[in-house]
Amino acid sequence: MKILVCVSKTPDTTTKIALTPDGKSLDMSGVQYIMNPYDEWYALVRALELAEAANGTVTLLNVGPADNDAIIRKGLAIGANDAVRIDVADPGSSLYVARQIADYARDKGYDLIFFGKETIDYNGSEVGAMAAEYLDLPYVSYASQLDVAGGVATVARDIEGGVEVVEVDLPLVLSAAKGLAEQRIPNMRGIMMAKSKPLTVVAPSAAPNHVGTVGYTLPQAKSSVKLLAPEDMDELVRLLHEEAKVI
Amino acid sequence: MVLIFAETVNGQFKKTAFEAVTYGAKTAALMGVDCAALVLGPANDAGALGRYGAKRVYQVSDGALANFDAQTYAAVITDAVRQLGARVVILSHSATGKSLLGRLAARLDAGSAPGVNALPDVGGGFRVKKPVFSGKAIAELEITSDIKLVSLMGNALPPEAGGSEASVEALQANVPASRVRVKEVKRVEGIVPLPEAELVVSAGRGMKGPENWGMVEELAEVLGATTACSRPVADAHWRPHHEHVGQTGIAIRPNLYIAIGISGAIQHLAGVNSSKTIVVINKDPEAPFFKAADYGVVGDLFEVVPRLTEAFKRYKAGQ
Repeated sequence: MKILVCVSKTPDTTTKIALTPDGKSLDMSGVQYIMNPYDEWYALVRALELAEAANGTVTLLNVGPADNDAIIRKGLAIGANDAVRIDVADPGSSLYVARQIADYARDKGYDLIFFGKETIDYNGSEVGAMAAEYLDLPYVSYASQLDVAGGVATVARDIEGGVEVVEVDLPLVLSAAKGLAEQRIPNMRGIMMAKSKPLTVVAPSAAPNHVGTVGYTLPQAKSSVKLLAPEDMDELVRLLHEEAKVI
Repeated sequence: MVLIFAETVNGQFKKTAFEAVTYGAKTAALMGVDCAALVLGPANDAGALGRYGAKRVYQVSDGALANFDAQTYAAVITDAVRQLGARVVILSHSATGKSLLGRLAARLDAGSAPGVNALPDVGGGFRVKKPVFSGKAIAELEITSDIKLVSLMGNALPPEAGGSEASVEALQANVPASRVRVKEVKRVEGIVPLPEAELVVSAGRGMKGPENWGMVEELAEVLGATTACSRPVADAHWRPHHEHVGQTGIAIRPNLYIAIGISGAIQHLAGVNSSKTIVVINKDPEAPFFKAADYGVVGDLFEVVPRLTEAFKRYKAGQ
């Protein structure tokens, strides 16, 4: 079984977000970057489990600059066999990234292509669907359980207010949600081995962006909390009705 | 033309469909163009979308559309967009809408903006805003392609009914067979799914154990709210996983979020801090959640929650 896991770099959730002095862009100095948790904890780990069971291989794919190599090495330390980085200084729009992934993957014969269900910075949830479309492959999003047998994937996927179980013939693109696997922490042996695993850098293909960032603003600061006496819940109900107008 | 894909579940429109039609009608008015809704598969009372501003409703009927499949649906919507000459396509930012948006963008070679929460700025270009970095910033994006795709965050603007019924026209479209075989659909019946809920009562580790959840459920029932929980609670199997809200669970933005015995870790806040009004009940005055709250009650939840339930009962009785 040949598996591709697409991984993305995101700022850590605890990162403080500030604007540059001109107020137009984000001040990313001092931001701590991590591998997108859905990619690392669920997509990569389930891919490794399937590859281990079927004597297969797992390749990591990232679209981005050389700075991303630290995150790619972490994925190799967790257990991926090799990695490819499509060398792009600023990945731009989801459509651009998806085209890079599809153009790379098209003739490689992957049985499964994994994405995380979304990145935790933009929450777009788009790239997997776009790549599936470019590759003309079926796509199952929000997979929380996945088994593969006899060339058929059985997937439980999260839908609003429930779960749907589907079957799809390989090859297949899917996005990983919580529950698909348990997070793996790289051990020392994995970290040492990761240093000598192949990380190939390839040039991007020509692709449109179609979406650009105009700028950023910060949300209005929340006014401070109104504390209520624990004895007087009628007052809270009154405020919810008359002031907040939510009931 | 602005074309809105109106989502259905079992032939019924979801509230997010009415929100999307309202958004699409307002966008069309800003642009000075026509607005129509697109319905795939069976739908009860499709003409009702007219009340939310759709001038016409196009319906594609085909047995293959009974179950949602992103690839099939995306092919049909693409066909409709081309036939109708739509320039802006609006979807809901739901599980369905999210799995369609990317496919449509690739098929139509169009730029897309997922999860917008305000009307576009159409003066000169097509600019939309969306929250990013767990709500810590708002990004303004410009879509530069001929066709523009947008998915609307749930609860971002209220559905506005006021117009009259629209005529429903059958649209012929090529419906490719699905490659995904649906084996089973398990929905929790009788409750409003969390992403659509306007009122949510959520509880965390402060509850001390699953046996104490009765008071949370009673509060939710009196209020007509959906129950939710924090990650440790779902991980400990005190509550089912589909109740887990937060960064790795479901992101929600209800009108009212009542957090009981939840400290408010940043990963939890990332999934709930877009709620319009947040009430926090916690015995620890230093709980970080109070900083994100509109109303706070510092006290023992085992006393406060039953008291709040009684207060809601008195309020409901007095209505």
